Amino acid sequence: MGRCITFTRSGPMRDITIIGAGVAGLFAAWHLSQQGWHPRIIDRNGAPGPHGCSWWAGGMLAPICEGVTADPLIARLGGQAADDWAQVTTVTRRGTLVLALDRDRAELSRFARLAPGHRMLDGAALAALEPDLADHRHALHVPSEAHLKPRQALTDLVTALHNRDITIETDQAQPQDVTGPVIDARGMAAALPDLRGVRGEMVVLHAPDITLSRPVRLLHPRHPLYVVPRGDGIVMLGATQIETEARRPITARALLELLSAAYALDARFAESTVLETGTDLRPAFPDNIPRVTVRGRVLHLNGLFRHGYLMAPALARQAADYLTRGTRGELIHED
Amino acid sequence: MRDFYGVTLDSPLMLGTAQYPSPQVMQQAFAASGASVATVSLRRESGQGQAFGQMVRDLGVRILPNTAGCYNAREAITTARMAREIFQTNWIKLEVIGHADTLQPDPFGLLEAAETLAADGFDVFPYTTEDQVLARRLVDAGCRVLMPWGAPIGSGMGLNNRHGLRSLRAAFPDIPMVIDAGLGLPSHAADALEMGFDAVLLNSAVAQAGDPVAMARAFGLAVQAGAMAAGADPMGVRDMGVPSTPLIGKAWL
Repeated sequence: MGRCITFTRSGPMRDITIIGAGVAGLFAAWHLSQQGWHPRIIDRNGAPGPHGCSWWAGGMLAPICEGVTADPLIARLGGQAADDWAQVTTVTRRGTLVLALDRDRAELSRFARLAPGHRMLDGAALAALEPDLADHRHALHVPSEAHLKPRQALTDLVTALHNRDITIETDQAQPQDVTGPVIDARGMAAALPDLRGVRGEMVVLHAPDITLSRPVRLLHPRHPLYVVPRGDGIVMLGATQIETEARRPITARALLELLSAAYALDARFAESTVLETGTDLRPAFPDNIPRVTVRGRVLHLNGLFRHGYLMAPALARQAADYLTRGTRGELIHED
Repeated sequence: MRDFYGVTLDSPLMLGTAQYPSPQVMQQAFAASGASVATVSLRRESGQGQAFGQMVRDLGVRILPNTAGCYNAREAITTARMAREIFQTNWIKLEVIGHADTLQPDPFGLLEAAETLAADGFDVFPYTTEDQVLARRLVDAGCRVLMPWGAPIGSGMGLNNRHGLRSLRAAFPDIPMVIDAGLGLPSHAADALEMGFDAVLLNSAVAQAGDPVAMARAFGLAVQAGAMAAGADPMGVRDMGVPSTPLIGKAWL
C-alpha cells in the first residue's frame, strides 16, 4: 500500500492509518486532523454500530462523580471532555443529580465528601431542578458535569470527519498489514497483554410519564443505578459492571436489578416500555486507566473501561501530541 | 495458629476480591495486608475469558471460593461444584442467604447444603450466625470450620452480639472459627482475634475505603496485634480500680 502526501494550503498533510472506528479511533482521527495529519480509518465493520462497545455507552461526561471511585487521573483528564465533544456534537450541560433512598443516606454523605464542587439539595432545590423527582429527600447536584447522546455523538463525529475528507473504509486490517504510523484502536479485538473485558449491561426504556433533564445516579450499596435521559421520553438505565468476559445477552438478574432500582427511584418506571437491552465488554487494563501503548510505529489506544466518552478526548489528544510533538503525557506507555 | 482443614495459614486475615476501584488496587491491597486467603465470588465473576479469575490466582494466596448470592441449597451446591472445577480446591465458603435485605444466612438451607457438600468431599466454611444449635448441627454435618458473622454483610458495624460470639467460641473450643462479615474497622478485627477467634474475613471495609491499600495494611497490623494479644493471656476485667503501684511495697526513692 503506497504512501501519498496530500498538500493543502497549510502545507503537507502527514498520513496515518487508524484501525478501529469506535470512540477512541474516531476521536484520534479528529485530534490528528487538527494537527496536520490525514488519517485513513479502517474498521472491519465499517461505521459505528451495535458491533462496538461505544454503541452501548451511557454518555455521561461526569469526571467528578466518576472520581469518587476512579483514579484521580480520570477526574483530572476527563474534565476537558465536555468542551472537546462540544466541537462535534450537542453536549447538554445540566450537571449530574445524585440521589439516595432514605436508608442509604450514609452513601450520599460519603459521596458528598468525595465529590468536590457539589451542592446539597433540599426539597425545594431538588423540585426546581427536576420536578419529577420532588419526592426524594436526599440529593446533591454536581453542576459542572454534562451528558451527550452516544450514538448521535458518534454519527456527528463521523460527519465532522467526513467534512474533512476522512472516511471509514470497511476492511480487515492488522497493524502489521499497514505501512507508516498506525493507531490501533480496536478495543478487545486488539488482544493486548493485560487487557481484560468487563461486562456491562444496559436497558433502554420509553418512559414518557417521567421527565428528566440530566443524568441521575441512584446510590445503593449493592445495586447502583444511573438513568440518562435521551430526550423524547427515552431513558437509558445502566449499568452493571461485572468481572467476566461472557458476551451472552443480559441476564434476568441484571435486568431485575436495573429495573427494581429504577422502580425504587420512581414507581412510574413500571409503566414504561422496554425498547432495548444491550451488553458488551469494556476493555480495561489492571488499573482501569486507559493507555496509549507505543510499540515502534504502532500506537495502541485502549483500556477506556467505563470511561469511553469521558476519556477518549484526552486519550486521543495525548496520542496526537505524542505523534506530532513527541509529548509524553500521563497516558503514554512506551513499550 | 489453628489449622483450617489441615492448612496452617501465615496470617489470620482473609480478604475478599470484590468492589475494588481496579484489579491493580486489589493486588496492592493484598500485598499490603499480608492476607493469606482470597475469597472469590463465583456467581458473577466467572464465565468465559477468566481474565479476572487469573488475576485472583496470581495473588499467590490460597483461594476460598464462595457461593455469594445463592438463596437456596440447590443453587449453592451447584455453585460450589462449579468452584471446585474452576479453582481446583475443595475449600468452599458456603453462603446461603435467607433475606435479601439483611443478607442473613438461611440456617435451614445452609445446613442442607453443608450436609451434601461435606458428604461430597468439600471442606465447608459455612457462613453462619452465632446460634449454637445451628453450629452444633453444622459440626455434626461435617464442618470443621465455622464462620459466624460479626454483623450483616457490608454493614461495617463490627461485632454486633459480643455475648453470643463469646459463648459460641467457648462452646466449640476445638473448631477453628472465622469472623465473617460486618467488620468495618481494624479495631473490629483486633477485637475478634482478642476474643479468641482464629481469623477474620472481610471485603467492603478494605475495598470501599477511600484508600484501600492503606486500610488493608491497617487490617493486617490489627490482626497481628489481636492474635498476639490473644496469645499473651489478656488480663481480666474488674469492677473497680486497682492501682498499678500497690501502696505496700512502694519503692523508697
